[in-house]
Amino acid sequence: MSNLFDLLVAGLATGAIYALVAVGFTLLWQTSQTINFAQGEFVMLPAFLMLAAMHAGAPFWLAIILGILLSMILLGLAFKMLLVDPMMRHGVLPLAIATMALAIGIKEAVKQFFSAEASPFPSIVPTGDISILGHAVSLQSIGVLVVAILAVLGLTTLLNRTSLGHQMQAAAQNPTVARIIGVPVERMILLTFLINAFLVALASLLITPIYLAKFSSGEVLGQAAFIAAIVGGFNQVRGAIAGGLLIGVLDNLAAAYISTQYRAAVPMIFLIAVILFRPQGLLGRAEERTV
Amino acid sequence: MSSYAKPLKIALGLAVIAGLIVVPMNFNRYGLFILSQWAVMSIAAMGLNLTLGYAGQVSLAQGAFVGIGAYAAAIMTTHGWPLPAAILVAIVLSFAVGWVLGYPALRVQHHYLAFVTLAFSTLAFLVFRNESWLTGGIYGISNIPRPHIFGIATNKPLPFYYVCLGSLAIVSLAVWWLIRSPWGRAFMALRENPLRAQSLGIDTRRYTLMAFAIGSALGGVAGALYAPLTQYIDPVPFNLSLSLDLLMMVIVGGAGFYFGPFLGAMIAVLLPEWLRFTEGYYLMLYAVAVMLLLIWSPTGILGILDRYMAARRTKAASALRAVAKSRLETVQ
Repeated sequence: MSNLFDLLVAGLATGAIYALVAVGFTLLWQTSQTINFAQGEFVMLPAFLMLAAMHAGAPFWLAIILGILLSMILLGLAFKMLLVDPMMRHGVLPLAIATMALAIGIKEAVKQFFSAEASPFPSIVPTGDISILGHAVSLQSIGVLVVAILAVLGLTTLLNRTSLGHQMQAAAQNPTVARIIGVPVERMILLTFLINAFLVALASLLITPIYLAKFSSGEVLGQAAFIAAIVGGFNQVRGAIAGGLLIGVLDNLAAAYISTQYRAAVPMIFLIAVILFRPQGLLGRAEERTV
Repeated sequence: MSSYAKPLKIALGLAVIAGLIVVPMNFNRYGLFILSQWAVMSIAAMGLNLTLGYAGQVSLAQGAFVGIGAYAAAIMTTHGWPLPAAILVAIVLSFAVGWVLGYPALRVQHHYLAFVTLAFSTLAFLVFRNESWLTGGIYGISNIPRPHIFGIATNKPLPFYYVCLGSLAIVSLAVWWLIRSPWGRAFMALRENPLRAQSLGIDTRRYTLMAFAIGSALGGVAGALYAPLTQYIDPVPFNLSLSLDLLMMVIVGGAGFYFGPFLGAMIAVLLPEWLRFTEGYYLMLYAVAVMLLLIWSPTGILGILDRYMAARRTKAASALRAVAKSRLETVQ
């Protein structure tokens, strides 16, 4: 029983990180029909930016701030202006392919300029265990959960409770009408790219202490985020959150109870089942977009 | 203009074919390996071009079919079967699995279809890695023999390159015929407007499945050649990135253009080799090149050519119109 409890907590912690990445993924899809195949690499890169800042002599807290800022400039602003903007009008597929190329580029750049080896990364949460209901739970899992939940709560408050959030939703749902009623659609789209960059940087900060910083670690993460986004509902932020948590827990339980060799298969089979029987996702609504 | 365009095209085609046969004769072992790899990847990309470029069904699973073909060939030829038999089995197997994978395409489209096929790709990789009784697991299968074709041993790189090139030629002819047949036209109808295709009496269900199955079967052929080419296979080359690479080849070359896959495979296989002098930077430069190309022309390299030709044709047509108009005016 205690084993199951541990697995659940650990699963929720990784799931919360997947959720952060998946939320960013769905935001980009909603506002600009960008299927970002480099999302996993987007999570891998900020950790290296922070490591680079620390190598240059910055203390950890400053490195975090610098890393997040740099991510927002590179993965938010530059990504949108240099790659997405010129390609957006050409449809979904060429842009998706371009992000695949971008993924290769980021991976190779990190390998070349930083290291091909895995590097350790300091944790923002102290390591150790605390006791909850008689179970020893790692502080790191709790810390990850708390930070991720705060981030998600902050984001949903922004989207649902503020004028800015409403403008963003309007820009995503119907750009033409939004433009007519005076929403600065372009600026709203840019904002979602910046938010995505912030979320991936945060996810990077949370997950890298657990899995180490490695140039190739984006592949697994990116896939997990895709699956989470689709399972939950491609067009819903809360769907992506639920999907992330679900995939995290499912992954951990599958590893423990089904087979370590086929643990990666369980989310995939789940994904195929969801797409075939409920393509709009568990929490999503059927997509109005016809083409 | 069109009176000399056709002989010119034929002459150009013959020159390229002659070049592909003659020039590599004094290539070294590595050069021949790369060129053989180009031929094999062209076959796989052609299959994907049928599914994606002609029938409009996004697939991120072509790499898995290359894997299926490769394992079929590796297992059979190491057990003493001849390669042609293995290729046949690879075709049948990939065709059948591709047909089944086509079923989701009947229900969902576009990015959802991409993700179903992506999941399939990962599942296939897990099977290659974990079913070690069949596939040798992470240790793979080594000592894959190269075939004897008409009694000639193809162990050396040059004869085997000709095997790959010959296979590419056969597949190219078959695809050329296919896209000009009623089937090919049905595929294109499916891509352009499925609803209208159906109303014209095209069984869209059957053709969707067929597009997947035939495209996948070509992936299987490519795999069945890949195994004897490398003579050793393990699961790693057949992971998701191969499927992504193949998709990139088709788009970069120009999806829906007959010659697209040849060009795309050339860029994906040869460009990194040409950039090797830049050492660690070559894949980075390759990625940047692909992005720049797609920004410039989202329809790929042949898209640029197509637009140029279209512009010239419009120019010629408007020139003709101007002449006709002035004639009309002088008559009046």
